[in-house]
Amino acid sequence: MLDVNKIREDFPILKRKVNDNPLIYFDNAATTQKPIQVMDAVRDFYQNHNAAVHRAVHTLSQEATDLYESAHEEVAKFINARGSEETVFVRGTTEAINLVAYAWGLRNLKRGDEILVSLMEHHSNIVPWEIISEMTKANVKFGEVNDDGSLNYESLENMMSKKTKIVCLSHVSNVTGIVNDVKRVVRAAHENGSLALIDGAQSVPHMPVDVKDLEADFLAFSGHKMLAPTGIGVLYGKKEILEKMEPFQGGGGMIREVSFDMRKRQCSISWNALPGKFEAGTPNVGGAVGLMEAIRYLKRLGMKNVKAHEETLTKYVMPLMKKVKKVTLFGPKDPYVKCGIMPFGIKGLSSHDVALFLDSYGIMIRSGFHCAQPLHEFFKLNSTARASFYVYNTREEVDRFIEVLEEIEQF
Amino acid sequence: MVSVEDYVARTEGTCGKEQDVIVMFKFDRKDEAVKKILAKATLKKSIAGIIFELTFGKYSFRLYGSGKAIFRDLQNKEELNALLSDLLS
Repeated sequence: MLDVNKIREDFPILKRKVNDNPLIYFDNAATTQKPIQVMDAVRDFYQNHNAAVHRAVHTLSQEATDLYESAHEEVAKFINARGSEETVFVRGTTEAINLVAYAWGLRNLKRGDEILVSLMEHHSNIVPWEIISEMTKANVKFGEVNDDGSLNYESLENMMSKKTKIVCLSHVSNVTGIVNDVKRVVRAAHENGSLALIDGAQSVPHMPVDVKDLEADFLAFSGHKMLAPTGIGVLYGKKEILEKMEPFQGGGGMIREVSFDMRKRQCSISWNALPGKFEAGTPNVGGAVGLMEAIRYLKRLGMKNVKAHEETLTKYVMPLMKKVKKVTLFGPKDPYVKCGIMPFGIKGLSSHDVALFLDSYGIMIRSGFHCAQPLHEFFKLNSTARASFYVYNTREEVDRFIEVLEEIEQF
Repeated sequence: MVSVEDYVARTEGTCGKEQDVIVMFKFDRKDEAVKKILAKATLKKSIAGIIFELTFGKYSFRLYGSGKAIFRDLQNKEELNALLSDLLS
């Protein structure tokens, strides 16, 4: 069990008021708040150790490099990767998927090949593949979802064929919170001879994720959704696949050597070892330090406890929301198959009205498509309101949220 | 002549099929803006002086005491500016 009151002391922002009400932050699927430990670690880096990493001999650069490499190792251990060479630092999930789409997709996809995604994907797991399909003349295929938003596994598996080169699926839907059986999909993809990419943006921050157990070829996730700063994220890739891939971007840091043949007037370039091959330019060292501290914070809480806490809140809120007459809950009705993401609507009000109402009472939620327009079109919804929980949210906050929903209902 | 820019910090088209526009008033002038709009528009209903459903001519919209307003069915930015200019004058 989490000691939520103690946790809340680490988040100064939760003490502030918004519109004269205590802040209730229920927009955690978009981004999370940051504990003082993470802010202190980032400040300490810039205050005491800031330098560009790698290839400098001075003390500050050595210290920065040690911190940066420690961050790689911390990430690798957190997701049980075989080593830090399998964890590439990127800006976030979007860049991680784009990296695979461009660096792997452009060189391995050809006319008629298929990229299999699902209807529940975030735009960041659709749009890069649409762009690459346009460039390679491959086709993007969409696996179906059931009426409750759950994945139709049979549909997805039946769509796999010799043409399917990669299967890309979110571990947890950012709209419904449903947890997909990604192990089953990865196994089916591998039996079909396809690669499997998992969008872990909504799973890695909320539950134990073990890449060896999942056997996925790629896993993408963002630091800012798990207490770390914005602008840092991770692409996990199996070493043997990353080694075969060509770089995503060129520049400093990602090369071993750029030698120039004076006679031929030509460059000869060799790539850096992993993960440097995919980290062109001076990396976001401060962000990596923040991510390392965020992971340490989550590990101290225990990811099983994080998951259990969100399950408790989900089980608590769902029946209460159902009691509010004008509220409709979307997605699965069973709290045991989902994470702490609650998509809902209020009869007669747009999702933006609902979000503005709640904002007036200091409660922050999301409204709109949540970057998942295809799923909303499947549900025939113009948009949805979405409340989402994290480690610092409490039952008392849920009670206040329900009280305000009941007030809105009277409007 | 009232300048809309004097009061408005930002306008944002909403994400979703509704295509609503949310207007955020400048923090230091939001109370003044809310007061002016309440004096001009017709109140249909409100909750605790925090949320107001209003009409003004052919337009219906919601105004929030927090300094935001949501407008629907506007054709373009010029129409929004003209409406805001009338409401804030």
